[in-house]
Amino acid sequence: MVRDTANEGPARHPEVRLPPPPPAHFESWQSGTRPDTTVVFELRDLEVYYGAFRAVRDVTMNIYNNEITAFIGPSGCGKTTVLRCFNRMHDVTPGARVAGHLRYRTADLYDPTVSATEVRRRIGMVFQKPNPFPKSVYDNVAFGPRSNGVHDRHDLDAVVEKSLRSAALWDEVKDRLRASALGLSGGQQQRLCIARTIAVDPEVVLMDEPCSALDPVATARIEELMRELRSRFTIIIVTHNMQQAARVSDRTAFFTTEVDANFGLRTGTLVEYDYTSKLFSNPRDERSERYITGRFG
Amino acid sequence: MSAGDLSAGIITPSDLSARRSWRSTKSALMTAAMIAAVLIVALPLVAVVSAVFSRGLRVVLAGFPDFFIKEIPVIGRRPGPGMGPAILGTLLATGAATLIAVPLGVLGAVYLHEYGGGRRFARLVRFMANVMTGVPSIVMGLFVYVTWTLRFGYSAFGAALALACLMLPVVIGAGEQMLRLVPNHLREASYAVGASKSRTILTVVLPAAMPGIVSGSLLAVARAAGETAPLLFAIGAATAYNPNLFQEANTALSIQIFANATSSFVAAQDRAWGAALTLVVLTFFITFIARVVTARFARGR
Repeated sequence: MVRDTANEGPARHPEVRLPPPPPAHFESWQSGTRPDTTVVFELRDLEVYYGAFRAVRDVTMNIYNNEITAFIGPSGCGKTTVLRCFNRMHDVTPGARVAGHLRYRTADLYDPTVSATEVRRRIGMVFQKPNPFPKSVYDNVAFGPRSNGVHDRHDLDAVVEKSLRSAALWDEVKDRLRASALGLSGGQQQRLCIARTIAVDPEVVLMDEPCSALDPVATARIEELMRELRSRFTIIIVTHNMQQAARVSDRTAFFTTEVDANFGLRTGTLVEYDYTSKLFSNPRDERSERYITGRFG
Repeated sequence: MSAGDLSAGIITPSDLSARRSWRSTKSALMTAAMIAAVLIVALPLVAVVSAVFSRGLRVVLAGFPDFFIKEIPVIGRRPGPGMGPAILGTLLATGAATLIAVPLGVLGAVYLHEYGGGRRFARLVRFMANVMTGVPSIVMGLFVYVTWTLRFGYSAFGAALALACLMLPVVIGAGEQMLRLVPNHLREASYAVGASKSRTILTVVLPAAMPGIVSGSLLAVARAAGETAPLLFAIGAATAYNPNLFQEANTALSIQIFANATSSFVAAQDRAWGAALTLVVLTFFITFIARVVTARFARGR
């Protein structure tokens, strides 16, 4: 077992263990012997079960470095379910199970030797509803670094300021760092959550409908922020808002639900995945076209 | 649409005036019934408090502050103050019981809600805790008498053990309830930045649940402070101060109320009323602190 290194050692990045080498079955996916370094996630026939119910099936796609990938589709199509596979959030949901292959760079994410804690430090997540802790603004941002062993005051101050600046929130909160985070507006809270996520310097940021609880002005700020952050992080965003996907993303994946022949229940699946400009102007699949033009969903 | 239809849609002031209907009569009747119910519920409470104050205040004030300090007269018929040892004994026994029951109960609640979940062992523990809530306090006293007092003799600690047995299920129940109220999205937010489960519980879940756990525990303390039955077997009957928690017989306010009130001497009965008032004020104080703590935590968020 990989030891849980998250709480040990004083260093900022406590002796990050390299992920274990890929298991044999991954190599067959690649035509060459060297893995494609621009690919962050490689999904092959991914399935997610809640108990006996298959919520998502047959998701095969690659997520690329320093791009914004948008997941769109009607409610219940499994966008969020797939998103939560990337940082192993399903581990904390009783009854949820992930099948199929999901590779993160060179490591099999669901290999038993991979520590979910370490995965989540590298792959951060911003949730649908702003969910700051009932602590001060400072403590919210410092929570991640503290959990990962940073306790030096100056280091923490520096990380907090840098993260809040990156999240375009510093000027608004620099005089009230000790005030409760719950006193911020909804848009500020969501940017605080983004600051909290990037404070641990992740490689990937997952966003689950980050703007659905915000007004258009706050939404515009978050989108602007995403475009700025793209150079540093790989971003995957789930959104109900097709205009948003078209505005911010480089690639878009369209999911929908279909009746599962085995269970008679609705199961989500990936229909089409392409460059955003292509998917929105010239979709290959009829279902994507109907959804994008607003005739269904 | 004709002109007649239009005029039908216009609301005149007379339409809005209150009319006596069956519905408003029913509303008035139900309101009256509810007020009556509240008065009936409040009546015994007011009666008890007023009786304790009217008869106890005189005794306490006559010997103020001696009543809280002096030792209990050995000869019951002698008038005069003294409940000091009983106050100390109550504080010792409930204090020790709190130190035993609250940490254990909170840890148990954390296990049940955060780790045990629906596992068979957790379900068994939860069931046993529920059963324990219903065990009569005298049975707890008997249990401690047999397992502790017979071997080690009377002491405040034995009483504390019995009280802890009573408090434990209450603290577990309140603790689990409060942990359940911590929204799951806070746990997820913590996991999402790479915090381990233990760290999530220590730095996010427990602080969020703390006000509820504190007030639940203090209510359990207030209840335990007034218990008599479990002390009867374990604490003995001292009349002098005994600051030693572990050795020699001690006494408590509830025990003294029982002993003095059943005495045939007026002086002893007076002291029972004084002790009753002291106990009521003491438990009121603990409850008050619970409120203040909850409010302070609630304001801090």
